[in-house]
Amino acid sequence: MTHQIELIINGEHYELMVKANKTLLELLREDLDLTGTKMGCGTGDCGACTVLLDNRPVNACLVLAVEARGKEIVTIEGLAQGETLHPLQQAFIDHGAVQCGFCTPGMILTAKALLDNNPNPTEPMIRRAIAGNICRCTGYTKIVKAIMAVASR
Amino acid sequence: MLPNASGKVVVTVGRRVKTRVEEEGKIEEINVELPHEDLPPWEEKNLVWVGKGIPRVDGFEKCTGKAKYTYDIHLPGMLYGKILRCPHPHARLIRLDTSKAQRLSGVKAILSQENAPPIPWYNDSFLFDRTLRCVGEEVAAVAAVDEYIARDALDMIEAEYESLPFVVDPEEALRPGAPPVRPGGNLLDGKPIIYSRGEIEQGFDEADLIIEENFSTQVQAHACMETHGSVVNWEGDHLTIWESTQGVSDVREGMAKALGIPISKVRVIKDFMGGGFGSKTREGKYTVIAALLAKMTGRPVKLMLDRKEEFYATGHRPSSLQYVKAGVKKDGSLTAIYLRSIGACGAYETPLFPSKFSMIDALARPYRELYHCPNVKTEVYPVYNNIPVHTAQRAPGHVEGTFALEQVMDQAAHQLGMDPIALRMKNYALKDQVEDFPYTRKALDQCYQKGAEKIQWEKRNKKPGEKKALICEGIGMAGQIWGGGGGPPAYAIIKINQDGTANLLTGTQDIGTGSKTVFVQIASEELGISPKDITITLGDTETTPYAPRSSGSRTVPSVGPAVRSAAADAKRQLLDLAGSILDSKAEDLAIREGQIYLKNNPTRKIPLKEITQKMGNNMIMGVGSRGPNPPQAAINVFGAQFAHVAVNTATGEVRVLKVVSIHDAGRVINSMTLNNQIEGGIVQGMGYGLMEEVIWDKGTGIMLTPNLHAYKLPTMLDIPEVVPGVAEGSDPANNIGAKGIGEPPKIPTAPAIANAIYNAIGVRLKELPITPDKVLRALKI
Repeated sequence: MTHQIELIINGEHYELMVKANKTLLELLREDLDLTGTKMGCGTGDCGACTVLLDNRPVNACLVLAVEARGKEIVTIEGLAQGETLHPLQQAFIDHGAVQCGFCTPGMILTAKALLDNNPNPTEPMIRRAIAGNICRCTGYTKIVKAIMAVASR
Repeated sequence: MLPNASGKVVVTVGRRVKTRVEEEGKIEEINVELPHEDLPPWEEKNLVWVGKGIPRVDGFEKCTGKAKYTYDIHLPGMLYGKILRCPHPHARLIRLDTSKAQRLSGVKAILSQENAPPIPWYNDSFLFDRTLRCVGEEVAAVAAVDEYIARDALDMIEAEYESLPFVVDPEEALRPGAPPVRPGGNLLDGKPIIYSRGEIEQGFDEADLIIEENFSTQVQAHACMETHGSVVNWEGDHLTIWESTQGVSDVREGMAKALGIPISKVRVIKDFMGGGFGSKTREGKYTVIAALLAKMTGRPVKLMLDRKEEFYATGHRPSSLQYVKAGVKKDGSLTAIYLRSIGACGAYETPLFPSKFSMIDALARPYRELYHCPNVKTEVYPVYNNIPVHTAQRAPGHVEGTFALEQVMDQAAHQLGMDPIALRMKNYALKDQVEDFPYTRKALDQCYQKGAEKIQWEKRNKKPGEKKALICEGIGMAGQIWGGGGGPPAYAIIKINQDGTANLLTGTQDIGTGSKTVFVQIASEELGISPKDITITLGDTETTPYAPRSSGSRTVPSVGPAVRSAAADAKRQLLDLAGSILDSKAEDLAIREGQIYLKNNPTRKIPLKEITQKMGNNMIMGVGSRGPNPPQAAINVFGAQFAHVAVNTATGEVRVLKVVSIHDAGRVINSMTLNNQIEGGIVQGMGYGLMEEVIWDKGTGIMLTPNLHAYKLPTMLDIPEVVPGVAEGSDPANNIGAKGIGEPPKIPTAPAIANAIYNAIGVRLKELPITPDKVLRALKI
């Protein structure tokens, strides 16, 4: 069964035909080639596929594409303005918050949702907000520092 | 040849020498061609780029979603591969009917034992084998137009199995009459691996105190964020493979051999990858299967494992049982160390290394090497059991062995009333006692001292468990020894362009560690041009010269010296050119920060670009190779870690508050990526110590933890404050003075935590992971 949906992704309006069982993650990656969104588990445990759905971080592997009908999606590709990075992207680079980089898009988007709602979170609030995003490389320390650096501005 | 600080030693090109190279505990003598010149160490005070914590050169791609991982590769007409896996721990495949699956619309090919070539794989088995020895073993594979159809097709394959007796528990597998995992008995090669020096019994006779303890360590998963997988494409007889791998050259060699095609016809590309930690060192069955499916269909095939397959079919850190007996004199000197251990291989010996070297034995190395002890015996029993095969995981063996050994040392110190650091200094090993070689450098004493200061060692409980409270805090420490010296062969090429920029090419890979950035820094330092003017290409076998797989913490010490050597070769040619243009002698010139200047009058300078512009399309190409390691010397990384923990005596929960980590890894090339390695290694070690465990059901051979909610990885809520640091100075072992740091920080984390728990509550936790139930049991609550 195929459905027609309209949605906004990174500020662009799309009209798409999607199968009922297609996830938002598959739609982004396979149909629109927005491969910055990753899949780590497919079961909502790791947060690598985090995107913003109406400014809320969601696991795109658990959202059906049809559920995104009429919504606004932001993926990692939608953050930078040309060559000018979003402050979180720049902070992740400057503070060494990136190693293999596979979890990075999800981390940055979760952090963005946090800071958009609360520009001055405490460190424990940051840790709680990002607790659903697993990183196997960095040991998290520099990720916390990068987000703190943007939050304190 | 030892690096010569006094100046250049020019040797004849083509001269070959023997040198000793170590990887993950495996030591080999190899022949190596000497590089063009023997470069003297850098002068510390003149360093411009080396040592700086410059951000990763590929940070932009990784933070914008532009970085393409294997998982992101999409080719026109690409099919999706899926693998049917055995549901039984031990079975014989007696019937396979793929006819229904074949008829499913969208299915393009099915591969199984019936039509696949008999490609040898583990031990004496094949890519697809009729005898299946663990749950998850490959039975058949499908290529279809999408993943859903491929999965449906797997469901339609009818496979009938004859169940065979099986054994999951390694101790049971060793008992007489245990179900045979494979012909020839369940003990690898039918005998334990024994190492012995001195007279062990005499050593125990001389001891004033004997410590005897049993330890057990669990199976740990690598849990790479990007699962294993490949995208393959044939163009005629030429095969291109995108592979999430730590070793592009190894995959190329392995695939050429498996498929019986020339190495020149195989190209392996790994641009970005989502973690490896030892599990992605060579091609997998999935790589070969993808290549065969692509050949059958004439279309590109993508075969990425799903998370459950990642847990089952990509290896793990093996479990261990360790019985340790140590003898010490009243003054703290060790008289004897004895280890008897059982390690679970899984159904096969790991394919990572050829035979005659078992990774299971690696856990005995710290017992042999970490301390001075005249009488040592280690007796290791690698046993087959019906679970998937183990593989290397970040500091294989050393993580398991050090967990037990360092608790025994802590216990000895406690019983002797000694400071645990004083006990370690009393038994400080000044040479490699197995090889009888001196170390090129060992600054472990500095690591103990610095770490003790930073954790405030004097604040530990003088009597373990002396304070009775709901929350008891404690401080503990542990040391480590690792290889990490690297060695040849490794090559690099630097091309100087007419606009003064450079391209650096080397066949290594950046597995997330930051090696791209480190090599650019090394080239910048030697060439005297800015890192922003150097573009590095690696992770592509077709465009770069050979470099080894990224394992054994050896990428920087193996490839770094080759990069420096290539840069030096390019610089020599550049200065020759500059000399001819400027009417000066090349040896009177130097380059720094993009300027060529007269050594005796640095104010007389000219931008490098003005010289290179005159080259036109004439090329300057610097070629470098990794020279031999110093003869008759052992190269090792050492370190000490200190943990401060809080134990909740009502719930059994352990919180790690702080970890101080000081290592002797030689010269630091990039302080930021070094700290990344330390912080990440500690958190993986903490996961190993407190929460991570792959659990096998002994009655069915099924894994109970094949996903990321049952398998507990540390999250941002679990992590301690980490204080990373290094012992100052460089190691004379190679021309950049650096050793590896990837694996060492993981090694002493779990024992430092366990010793801190002992310091907090006066009870020793000897079974990993140290979960709350075990703490409560130990407290007898």
